Amino acid sequence: MLIRRAPRFTASEITDPTLYLSRRELISGAAAALVLVPGLGSAAAPALQPLAATRNAAFSLNESATKVEAATTYNNFYEFGVNKDDPSRLGHTLRPRPWAVQVDGFVQKPKTFDIDELTRLFPLEERVYSLRCVEAWSMVIPWIGFPLASLLKRVEPTGQAKFVEFTTLLDPNQFPAQKPGFFGFSSLDWPYVEGLRLDEAMHPLTLLTVGMYGKVLPNQNGAPVRVVVPWKYGFKSAKSIVRIRLVGEQPKTAWEKAAPSEYGFYSNVNPAVSHPRWSQADERRLGEFRRRPTLPFNGYADQVASLYSGMDLKKNF
Amino acid sequence: MTRPARVALKVFVWGACLAPLALLAYRAWNDDLGANPISFITNTLGDWTLRILLTSLAMTPLRIVFGLSWPITLRRLLGLFAFVYVCLHFAVWSVLDFFFDWPRMWADILKRPYITMGMLALVSLIPLAATSTTGMIRRLGARNWNRLHRLAYFAAVCAVLHYLWLAKVGVKDPYWYAAALVMLLGVRVWEWGRRVTRRRRGRAVPASPPVGSRAENPLS
Repeated sequence: MLIRRAPRFTASEITDPTLYLSRRELISGAAAALVLVPGLGSAAAPALQPLAATRNAAFSLNESATKVEAATTYNNFYEFGVNKDDPSRLGHTLRPRPWAVQVDGFVQKPKTFDIDELTRLFPLEERVYSLRCVEAWSMVIPWIGFPLASLLKRVEPTGQAKFVEFTTLLDPNQFPAQKPGFFGFSSLDWPYVEGLRLDEAMHPLTLLTVGMYGKVLPNQNGAPVRVVVPWKYGFKSAKSIVRIRLVGEQPKTAWEKAAPSEYGFYSNVNPAVSHPRWSQADERRLGEFRRRPTLPFNGYADQVASLYSGMDLKKNF
Repeated sequence: MTRPARVALKVFVWGACLAPLALLAYRAWNDDLGANPISFITNTLGDWTLRILLTSLAMTPLRIVFGLSWPITLRRLLGLFAFVYVCLHFAVWSVLDFFFDWPRMWADILKRPYITMGMLALVSLIPLAATSTTGMIRRLGARNWNRLHRLAYFAAVCAVLHYLWLAKVGVKDPYWYAAALVMLLGVRVWEWGRRVTRRRRGRAVPASPPVGSRAENPLS
């Protein structure tokens, strides 16, 4: 005799509605992307405006620059995703113009600058800096910008200003990875916040950057304006900045919040202090086969070591 | 299963397991490995080691859950391919990345838990690969052989921890691998529990031979 059993399934086999709704969102999003983006898959790179600047030889390395293709396709920019190719693949969603940068906090003359005004405010310099990522790779990049100190002096910090806090744009429509994923999962606590001590921010090496390789900044490299602090690990150099605030307390930075044992506030390049997962003793310069030793303060010790005299850099990593 | 079907299945598995290597070679030939080729090759080989290793561990659950016996015939091949990939992964790390700097690598193995786990996974797969031949199964006897080959579970756990601990904040992939491994091992635990309770109740042992028991023929 044939006994038909009722179909057996457990509650766990029934898809959670939040899950299938997010799947639908994913599918419709992908479909929309197919319709909207011509030539999907290829990096939709709009032609970048050339940007005239004078080479500042005193602040430039005598090394050949990393290939521009490498510098624009191998990026850490978590607002677009955690993979190195996410920023160049997805960067087209960012609209770098119009753009405003609010400079405020403990200053006499707070002001919001339009990006085009900001770009013309001071003479633009080209500086060839080494960029050392905390992941033990490095690049050599010709940046275009002006010293952050020039801008800070313009707004006149008050005596209460001790730190400078940089805030990256918060807009999930322009930065896809700022949308919460499965189970509200998000890689970092948005917006991305970085910070420097005031004397670090005022240091002549600290460059407010609007271009690279003779052109305006590509989206994946932090368009339209970022900071470059060459003696610190790359993540300290905040990208796509909308606010520069002078504050009295040490800012709580995005990576400190995410993993305080791994990423300190200072994050000076230091071969003697290893990251839990990466020795910082050496690095791979992109384009080179063998690792090369990492230099204290990324080779800028002569200029910046004095900022930290008397500090235990193992504790203040 | 007919002989042609068996052959076709094996050919398919060979092809599927060699395809990632072929793609890597093709990309290397076309200078298309990205800005950091050594890192790209290392990561790709690591990814495929995990995928193939977990696939090899999925063959028994396919029998337990769906009653399919033919996947078991692919287990050895998949396990050996996982071993090939982990060896290449290690070779790239030690040769291309650290260029035979053994003291430095040894320090990393001891100091960084994710590398410790990776090495444990690699080392525990060596005896499995070495005893994968039919001759070795005979020599060891099915019981000992089965016991030894439970090391595959240990290797998979180490491999997943290796990836979990190496991945930086925000990278989700290792969690998917971990979830897959938990499922694959969970099925075995569930089956084992079911067998134990049945035996206690004095009922007949289920028709499908239990995992890792003498009844299971490792040659199949």
